[in-house]
Amino acid sequence: MAMSGMRGLSVFISDIRNCQNKEQERLRVDKELGNIRTRFKNEKALTPYEKKKYVWKMLYIYMLGYDVDFGHMEAVSLISAPKYPEKQVGYIVTSSLLNENHDFLRLAINTVRNDIIGRNETFQCLALTMVGNIGGREFAESLAPDVQKLLISSSCRPLVRKKAALCLLRLYRKNPDVVNVDGWADRMAQLLDERDLGVLTSSMSLLVALVSNNHEAYWSCLPKCIKILERLARNQDIPQEYTYYGIPSPWLQVKTMRALQYFPTIEDPNARRSLFEVLQRILMGTDVVKNVNKNNASHAVLFEALALVMHLDAEKEMMSQCVALLGKFIAVREPNIRYLGLENMTRMLMVTDVQDIIKRHQAQIITSLKDPDISIRRRALDLLYGMCDVSNAKDIVEELLQYLSTAEFAMREELSLKAAILAEKFAPDLSWYVDVILQLIDKAGDFVSDDIWFRVVQFVTNNEDLQPYAAAKAREYLDKPAIHETMVKVSAYILGEFGHLLARRPGCSPKELFSIIHEKLPTVSTSTISILLSTYAKILMHSQPPDSELQNQIWTIFKKYESSIEVEIQQRAVEYFALSRKGAALMDILAEMPKFPERQSALIKKAEDNEVDTAEQSAIKLRAQQQSQTSNALVVTEQSHVNGTPPVGQLSLVKVPSMSSNVDEADQRLSQENGTLSIVDSQPPSADLLGDLLGPLAIEGPPSSSVHLQPSSNSGVEGTVVEATAIVPAGEQANSVQPIGNIAERFHALCVKDSGVLYEDPYIQIGIKAEWRAHQGHLVLFLGNKNTSPLVSVQALILPPTHLKMELSLVPETIPPRAQVQCPLEVINLHPSRDVAVLDFSYKFGNDMVNVKLRLPAVLNKFLQPITISAEEFFPQWRSLPGPPLKLQEVVRGVRPLPLLEMANLFNSYHLTVCPGLDPNPNNLVVSTTFYSESTRAMLCLVRIETDPADRTQLRMTVASGDPTLTFEMKEFIKDQLVSIPAIATRVPTQPAPTSPPLAQPGSAPAALTDPGAMLAALL
Amino acid sequence: MINFVLLISRQGKVRLTKWYSPYSQKERSKVIRELSGMILSRAPKQCNFVEWRGHKVVYKRYASLYFCMCIDQDDNELEVLEIIHHFVEILDRYFGSVCELDLIFNFHKAYYILDEILIAGELQESSKKTVARLIAAQDSLVENAKEEVSSLSNIIAQATK
Repeated sequence: MAMSGMRGLSVFISDIRNCQNKEQERLRVDKELGNIRTRFKNEKALTPYEKKKYVWKMLYIYMLGYDVDFGHMEAVSLISAPKYPEKQVGYIVTSSLLNENHDFLRLAINTVRNDIIGRNETFQCLALTMVGNIGGREFAESLAPDVQKLLISSSCRPLVRKKAALCLLRLYRKNPDVVNVDGWADRMAQLLDERDLGVLTSSMSLLVALVSNNHEAYWSCLPKCIKILERLARNQDIPQEYTYYGIPSPWLQVKTMRALQYFPTIEDPNARRSLFEVLQRILMGTDVVKNVNKNNASHAVLFEALALVMHLDAEKEMMSQCVALLGKFIAVREPNIRYLGLENMTRMLMVTDVQDIIKRHQAQIITSLKDPDISIRRRALDLLYGMCDVSNAKDIVEELLQYLSTAEFAMREELSLKAAILAEKFAPDLSWYVDVILQLIDKAGDFVSDDIWFRVVQFVTNNEDLQPYAAAKAREYLDKPAIHETMVKVSAYILGEFGHLLARRPGCSPKELFSIIHEKLPTVSTSTISILLSTYAKILMHSQPPDSELQNQIWTIFKKYESSIEVEIQQRAVEYFALSRKGAALMDILAEMPKFPERQSALIKKAEDNEVDTAEQSAIKLRAQQQSQTSNALVVTEQSHVNGTPPVGQLSLVKVPSMSSNVDEADQRLSQENGTLSIVDSQPPSADLLGDLLGPLAIEGPPSSSVHLQPSSNSGVEGTVVEATAIVPAGEQANSVQPIGNIAERFHALCVKDSGVLYEDPYIQIGIKAEWRAHQGHLVLFLGNKNTSPLVSVQALILPPTHLKMELSLVPETIPPRAQVQCPLEVINLHPSRDVAVLDFSYKFGNDMVNVKLRLPAVLNKFLQPITISAEEFFPQWRSLPGPPLKLQEVVRGVRPLPLLEMANLFNSYHLTVCPGLDPNPNNLVVSTTFYSESTRAMLCLVRIETDPADRTQLRMTVASGDPTLTFEMKEFIKDQLVSIPAIATRVPTQPAPTSPPLAQPGSAPAALTDPGAMLAALL
Repeated sequence: MINFVLLISRQGKVRLTKWYSPYSQKERSKVIRELSGMILSRAPKQCNFVEWRGHKVVYKRYASLYFCMCIDQDDNELEVLEIIHHFVEILDRYFGSVCELDLIFNFHKAYYILDEILIAGELQESSKKTVARLIAAQDSLVENAKEEVSSLSNIIAQATK
């Protein structure tokens, strides 16, 4: 029928189909494109019918895969044709050829708008459909209000309104602000009363998008969704045409349940009961039937119900029913149901208290690991990975290893990585871990990255009990023919370090070990040769007394490689040859490697970086949660904050040169004789000490001969103090030492940088240098004495908040004159909090007792790592966090009116990364960061800031993360930065000059000269 | 949401494409090539979902044609599988036992039929009766326009006679 109307198009299609090969087809296509191009140049001669025909031909050619780089204007121009047939072609072809970024679309906005606001219903439908399919931001800003009017207009028929709903959905995705206008939530609630199921289906899709971003505004829609669900579940008043294989509008049921998943847990008992009745009916009432389409439709509803039950955090009984149901699904023959059963079981792991129930299906899941379908195998692998813990790790990992031999290449790398991670996290004992990794290398060496065997080396080095076992295992593998090169590397390394522990075993003498390792040399690459050379040197070192034959063999090898073309190999050979001729000294130089510091596994980090699959992300989160609950059998070494940071010992007094003292006395006598009394102020400028702040402190202990001067010095000081006290007026004793500079300002400066001065007064300066890594911080306090007299009674006490574990090294009681003492301070962040640690510091100088309480800059943002994410990463994460307490929103007032760029810089200074381009509104900021603590481990935190250009003192902030405490603390933290109370400028205190009465000095001098005790001490 | 719809024959020929997410022309060609290879090599007894580039492709074969829809990772797969079937049933009703040739020579009609079922990558209408009615109305509009042209020709012919 239609063919008669488009004969030219049909003929063209027939010609194309009759072409014998690709070349002929290309010739025919080029001929037609040439013809069309010619006709379009003379556009005035074209009838609307002809233009329509040529545009369809262009679309057909485009669909075949050929580039069509002209004629777009003609397609777009048809949109403004007065007649329906031409207009239809214009709209359809434009939305198929172009995407939202094409420039020509901008030309059509006005025409499209006229169609939308016009009275012609058919034109409205064409326009709404095109905008819904390819509308971009400019369409959103221009057309959203008009589309909204259509959607809620009572004079519009359903066929227009349902298109308006989906068109609005598109516009919302491009620019959410054009839809979130006041009162729109009420309109949405009214739409849900719609009787036409077509309009309702489209409106529900729109609602899903709206609540996924902002459920707070749409609470009134919640009871209506439940009502719709009840109506559908009971098949109440559902027209026959909306029943699909006996199921009332399965798509609408799925959409409605999806919308409900974006609201937080329902608290209203009536609503909750109604909803659970519906869900119960769905879960229990769905059977497997012969008709495949009915099966698919009913199970689509069922799986969505499962997701909703998980979201609502139902009672344990219902969860058990769900797991039992999934257990049936993973055992059926129908592959779609099996796939979805495995996937949903993986998601179920996110729910607490069902892990044990899921474990009962372990054997069945392992069967799916061997399914012919790679899609199902992938799901099974992810589920096994997610459900693994200490109790079943052995079984699961061994199954993975078994499967590895037969798995296809596409899955081997993933299998290897997952097996290695599970082995590391859940190893029942270390020797099993070594077995697993060596098997992994043996079976799939190409897919085992260096990270994996490095990790084995770390564990073996750090656990002495493991060393003989690992060495024996390595020895076994070296006996195999054709082992993988990675196996050569790890075995050679282990035997070099620990092979001597096997010396008394048969076949394991140094000579024998060397021989078996050396057999591999001809087949390995240069990087492995380097390792082998090190191994040879180690074997030589352990052979005491030296075996001259072995020695000569190894020396010969070193000699050979001294002329290697590889610099690394050459250097090693030369050095090892020279070293190995040093005799006994060799043992010191080539002793065993020291223990490795414990840090986050590179494997786990790699896995986290690589995962893009939602189910796998869920598994990773679960792993992070389990990390704090499951004891890690592999962590047997001392904590890193103890290793390598020995406490600073008590420092002795620096010797005071006696000649200097004598000179001082002579000067004082001369002054006295001249009748002019003056005290020379020898206090050095601050700049000197500041220059030393971050440098290494070199203080030599006093020689033992200085001991005899100690009593004399003490006695003199005591005398001075006694005399001074008797003379000084009472008022001066109350004078307190004033700090230099603003303490609060110094603190805030240190919050955004890692070194600087924390506190300063006339006598002391306290500086800080900090390094932050993940949830740990390593700080050093620099206590600098600015005077030529010692500071005594020094005390430093850390008052930690509950969320920080802090350990300060021993602080010396006395800081020598002009000396700087370094005190390491270790910080571990346990969980998110904005509380601040305090350093309670006190010391005594002369008459002055100084006590200050200083805030330490171990603050929230120190545990943030900047991270930039793309739209593909941001939006799934943003949507996956439904609402409070994981996603919090607040309107903040009293904001400092910063330009947007300055606000972005402020965020960046706190390690909150501003991600450009994610929010189409230029007045908004999207921020991402990773927060570290012991409880959350590495957790992504997302923030959205919506500013008001008309009033920069207020904004709306939305914060989202996977931890409710982190979300709350981050929200408050950001508020604190944005709503800073302007600091009142503190008057800089004038420095009171410390003065001693001049009379004190002559008084003490005669006393010292005539005191029998002093004279006796001097003689001694 | 559905990112795109793809109809390919068993020989890998493209019969229909519809893109709801923005892809450039170059990207589209690459996607088609990559997906054709992946889908056509799967065995008949395997499940109808394939993971691909962080998305999922739901596909089903009808006679010599594979209907493929690329969806987001967390969308409901069976729901989309039945959207495919819904589309096929409507095509079948419209063309009367639809076959590949119908779609080849009437691909332009398949486009506006699809536009009555999906907009913005979401299901618009799940009633086959309603869709059929709307398609008939559009056909009627096109036919009416033709008749007007024909009438005008007759008048001119008579006047010159």
